[in-house]
Amino acid sequence: MESLTFEYQGGRPLASAPPATLVGVVSSGNLEVLVEPTDLGGACRIEVLTAAVGFGAIWQAVLDDFFDRHRIADVRISINDVGATPAVVSLRLDQALEALTGGQP
Amino acid sequence: MRHSYYEDSARERLLGLLDEGSFREILPPTERVVSPHLRQLDTPAAFDDGIIVGKGTLDGHSVLVAAQEGGFMGGAVGEVHGAKLTGLLERALDERPAAVLLLVESGGVRLHEANAGLIAVSEVMRAVLAVRAAGVPVIVLNGGQYGCFGGMGIVSRLCDAIVMSEEGRLGLSGPEVIETTHGVEEFDSRDRALVWRTVGGKHRYLLGEATVLVDDDLAAFRAAALSLIGSTPDLGLEAMEAEHARLGERLRRFGDCRDALDVWERLGIAEPERLPILDTETFLATVSDKRA
Amino acid sequence: MHDWDLQARNRKARLERAAPVSKGKVVATADARALLEAVIEPGDRVCLEGNNQKQADFLAKTLASLDPGRVHDLHMVQSVLALPEHLDIFERGIATRLDFSFSGPQGARLAKLVGAGQIAIGAIHTYLELFGRYFVDLTPRVSLVVAQAADAAGNLYTGPNTEDTPVIVEATAFKRGIVIAQVNEIIDTVPRVDIPGDWVDFVVQSPSPHYIEPLFTRDPAQISEIQVLMAMMAIKGIYAEYEVNRLNHGIGFDTAAIELLLPTYAESLGLKGKICRHWALNPHPALIPAIESGFVESVHSFGSEMGMEAYIQARPDVFFTGPDGSMRSNRALCQAAGHYACDLFIGSTLQIDLAGNSSTATLGRIAGFGGAPNMGADARGRRHASPAWLKAGREARSGRNVIPRGQKLVIQMVETFREHMQPAFVERLDAWELAESAGMALPPVMIYGEDVSHVLTEEGIANLLLCRTDEEREQAIRGVAGYTPVGLARDKRMVENLRDRGVIRRAEDLGIDKRLATRDLLAAHSIKDLVRASGGLYDPPKRFRNW
Repeated sequence: MESLTFEYQGGRPLASAPPATLVGVVSSGNLEVLVEPTDLGGACRIEVLTAAVGFGAIWQAVLDDFFDRHRIADVRISINDVGATPAVVSLRLDQALEALTGGQP
Repeated sequence: MRHSYYEDSARERLLGLLDEGSFREILPPTERVVSPHLRQLDTPAAFDDGIIVGKGTLDGHSVLVAAQEGGFMGGAVGEVHGAKLTGLLERALDERPAAVLLLVESGGVRLHEANAGLIAVSEVMRAVLAVRAAGVPVIVLNGGQYGCFGGMGIVSRLCDAIVMSEEGRLGLSGPEVIETTHGVEEFDSRDRALVWRTVGGKHRYLLGEATVLVDDDLAAFRAAALSLIGSTPDLGLEAMEAEHARLGERLRRFGDCRDALDVWERLGIAEPERLPILDTETFLATVSDKRA
Repeated sequence: MHDWDLQARNRKARLERAAPVSKGKVVATADARALLEAVIEPGDRVCLEGNNQKQADFLAKTLASLDPGRVHDLHMVQSVLALPEHLDIFERGIATRLDFSFSGPQGARLAKLVGAGQIAIGAIHTYLELFGRYFVDLTPRVSLVVAQAADAAGNLYTGPNTEDTPVIVEATAFKRGIVIAQVNEIIDTVPRVDIPGDWVDFVVQSPSPHYIEPLFTRDPAQISEIQVLMAMMAIKGIYAEYEVNRLNHGIGFDTAAIELLLPTYAESLGLKGKICRHWALNPHPALIPAIESGFVESVHSFGSEMGMEAYIQARPDVFFTGPDGSMRSNRALCQAAGHYACDLFIGSTLQIDLAGNSSTATLGRIAGFGGAPNMGADARGRRHASPAWLKAGREARSGRNVIPRGQKLVIQMVETFREHMQPAFVERLDAWELAESAGMALPPVMIYGEDVSHVLTEEGIANLLLCRTDEEREQAIRGVAGYTPVGLARDKRMVENLRDRGVIRRAEDLGIDKRLATRDLLAAHSIKDLVRASGGLYDPPKRFRNW
């Protein structure tokens, strides 16, 4: 397994402080994404624990784009991954944000 | 419009089953109470260890609920998973809800965790009986893709009632295990029609193990659960002896049957081979007075 | 004096040798071996009906059991190498030369035998070109075909799985070849005459019904959310845009998702009656909901599909059926229809390079082509116009000083990563290496980039018709290649520019709400749902049921 952490600055805090949200399932080709609003001094931190070793560069690219899309601050995102493709990872991340904010920005 | 119970994740099932906004999770994922064993085995863990437990309401009735996620390690019970379930049942002794609902989906003991998993399941069994002895019904809902086998199969039958859809499966040894130990002539686990005939919801209903058979529809599961929470568990001697007699009679009547079709025939069902393709409504009408 | 009827005289000699084991045209099952030894001569060109789906399995077994001392150096011409016996023939020295089209199940063993020098491959073809060569330079001397039933006069009923039989028999019979058919039963009157008895020399009843592979069934339970999203893009971004009414789908879960989204997503967009009305397609069970909802007006098929027979018979307005009620398929004619009479092909692949060339070739396997290249190619011989064809042609040629033409829509639909995080987009196809190791003249490309009009991934649609240079084409492909190494190496500025120009369109650009891309959108979620949608008429093979 591989553990990766990514931190992003310059995002905007969420309008309100919703409760934490979990989407996804830790099954083959899938992942779970836990999103928790928390005070990180304006940062967005993403912690990945993945069974697929050696794909750090791809995680970086996927998460860079995710942050570009949403630009959120003071959010901690934790991922347990079992070899999901970037398509599924992006989908779950977007779903998690969606569930968190209930569709609100 | 039908909403498939089978396709939902455990979390989606639970939230869809209970009254909207009523669910409060105990030991939510944010607590990160994960399995201490899986990390040592370099295996991915889940934040909720594959089981969601908490409280909510069902049409206003207070219930404690647990839902197993079959997608995570086949829903198998590990130390933490089992402890959450046992803890929930022990809480039922304190809170005396209208019912405990178990949305099962499990292969049984999580072998990765060896003895810890075995002990966990046995503690669940004891806790179920304690809750029922205290007068709180424990109701099982079974309709997920992964079925309910092994120790959780036993747990299910220790409960007051089981609601199943035809897609659901309930058993002890899994089909593959039976084939491996006894050979393919005894049980071909790839013969899916055989598997469902043997452990699927319709057969369990006919044998009297599943109390209610419903469509693969979340609303149907909810309605069935609701209809059962008013029941009072009877663990008295008379009830136990009657159950034993019933089981003995069932063994006498069907013990030498080689296939579920033989059982259905002996139950007096005309055209038993047609049962698997009937939709739930037609099936129930066809077998209405013929269950074991 | 030149002899002009050598073939006829040779044929007569063969028939005379076969006389002792035949009663008229009927040969006893036990005499099959003796028959083949009587009518086949060393060095013959023999067509063995190994189709994509049905197999002359008894005749294949019998052929493989012959004495190579008596029958040897045969030149096999056949559509598909499907059965182990198809290669046993070469291993035993009964045959030495091969011309074929597809070898999916036997691809690895074929590669080994070629490598060991036991098979000399003439060429690997598409179905249509192989059929064509049956009338030019690969005419069979003896054809071993398969049918459902025959009568004593040799009339054959091939039924729903007619497939390649008519073209094989026509080429053989009218060049004085010998046609032998294995049949499931010999009866007084066949339900309909698919092959006239005049064209058939011998019929043999096989000991058990011939094998048919269910290749075109896809369980809706296996369709993923990503595939649903891609199907939405195909429908909204291409089918609706070009008003695609005549099409072929390459088999796969991706296309099954499109079929299952017609009654739901496409319907919600108001597209019923506007797209997907006429199909060159095998009877996919996944198409049932679309047929039931009124989207589909006609389907002509290459072959049938196990379990669909009763449903097809109950929908004669849609399918091609005979007066007996059962379907008639025809691979050659359906291939021609797919090539010339359809405006769109969409299918998946294993690898795509930077020019849009795609291949399913993998090392250690010689799989061949089948029919995909005929479906997935611009039909340059086409002349009749349709809105889709004209629009595609305009897009490809606008701004260029060339004579206007139409163009076929050829869509490559693929997820950027395959299983085990294998990228679908590569700088160099494995096909190059395979060509070298297997001694092929060319790298085996399934669909040439020149013919591809669009590449569709979960990242969006790249419209190659609008690209004007190789570099634009390359960047358009990189632009939808996502996080693969090919995608990550994109020129970001160029890709942005291509997106502004509409060459690349992402789901958002198409106005697609990604939140809708869930399995809930599928008109059927399981095989059981398909059975229900068919009113109980669809009867899935055992492996697809749990009842």
